[in-house]
Amino acid sequence: MTQAKLTLNVRPVTPPVSIIDIIGEVTGAADKALTDAYDHAKTAKVIILNFSGLEYMNSSGIGLLVTLLIRAQRQGQKLMAFGLTEHYREIFELTRLNEAIRLFATEADALAAA
Amino acid sequence: MSSSPPPRDAGQWAKPVDHLNVEAAPDGAVNLNVQGRQTMSPLQGFGQLWQKTYQIGLRGASVSPADVITVWKTRFPDFQPPENRFFPSVAGVKPGEVVLINAMTPGGMVSTGVRVMFSDDESFTLMTPQGHPEAGWITFSAFERDGMTVAQVQSLARANDPMYEIAFRVIGAKIQERIWHHVLTALAAHYQVREQVTMNKQCVDPRVQWSQVGNLRHNAQIHTLIYTVTKPLRRLARRTTW
Repeated sequence: MTQAKLTLNVRPVTPPVSIIDIIGEVTGAADKALTDAYDHAKTAKVIILNFSGLEYMNSSGIGLLVTLLIRAQRQGQKLMAFGLTEHYREIFELTRLNEAIRLFATEADALAAA
Repeated sequence: MSSSPPPRDAGQWAKPVDHLNVEAAPDGAVNLNVQGRQTMSPLQGFGQLWQKTYQIGLRGASVSPADVITVWKTRFPDFQPPENRFFPSVAGVKPGEVVLINAMTPGGMVSTGVRVMFSDDESFTLMTPQGHPEAGWITFSAFERDGMTVAQVQSLARANDPMYEIAFRVIGAKIQERIWHHVLTALAAHYQVREQVTMNKQCVDPRVQWSQVGNLRHNAQIHTLIYTVTKPLRRLARRTTW
């Protein structure tokens, strides 16, 4: 398996809201990094994924987002996202993830809705 | 609007569509339960969500992951068990293309299909439509591990409706596992490799989604049964109108 080319930063914004900055590639190799980032943000009620730095995503990567979403839902957490380019918005539409994760254009928009 | 170059994965994903459209059914395929249907994700099904991973090591075969995927895409129907007939479109396994499926199950014949959601040099992913036994995705990939190419099938899916959920719990899951064991064994045999298939399964979400109980109205098994039973009547009606 290939190494993850991904950096994830977890930013607690307010006690109930954390942002995970996603920089690089979301592929099957990102499993551990995403799990670790989620564990860091676990106490938040709302987790916002920042896709502004997303460079590549394959179908295994989108599968990881589904498992992340299910994990968050089971903990009673809300998952939101912002910073997706038109291309990645289309992928969210194709995979119908946009029906479960609210998408916003900017961080400010996402925070205002959190 | 941004003027940045398109991302590397731009040509690897299908475009979203509201409803599936089957341009022309390949010879011998029953085109049923696909035309006009929406595609599903693991989020819209009814049953428990499972991730199942099947692997086979192509030990001793001098073949790269990309070569394996090229063969797998080209000969996809050949590696299926005989009761599972897959009919790719003329364009083959490419993003956005539809593959029709006519399969024999313990519940009878089921006509359905899948759409190619993603395809690159080392993997391809199929997504199911409404009415298919499962709601979700299945990814076929190959990669190197310890100097050996490994072929993998990984599904992330849940039963589409309550009827399928019961069927999966009673016998369907076992049948499905047998199918993917068969596919990987047949793929390995193509390279004169005889190895054991390993399987790992994980219940990602043990809950059933009662909000999706309405998926039953699209059940391809029921629609195929009705289609089959009423076939003589349709033939008769055609003759009498002539």
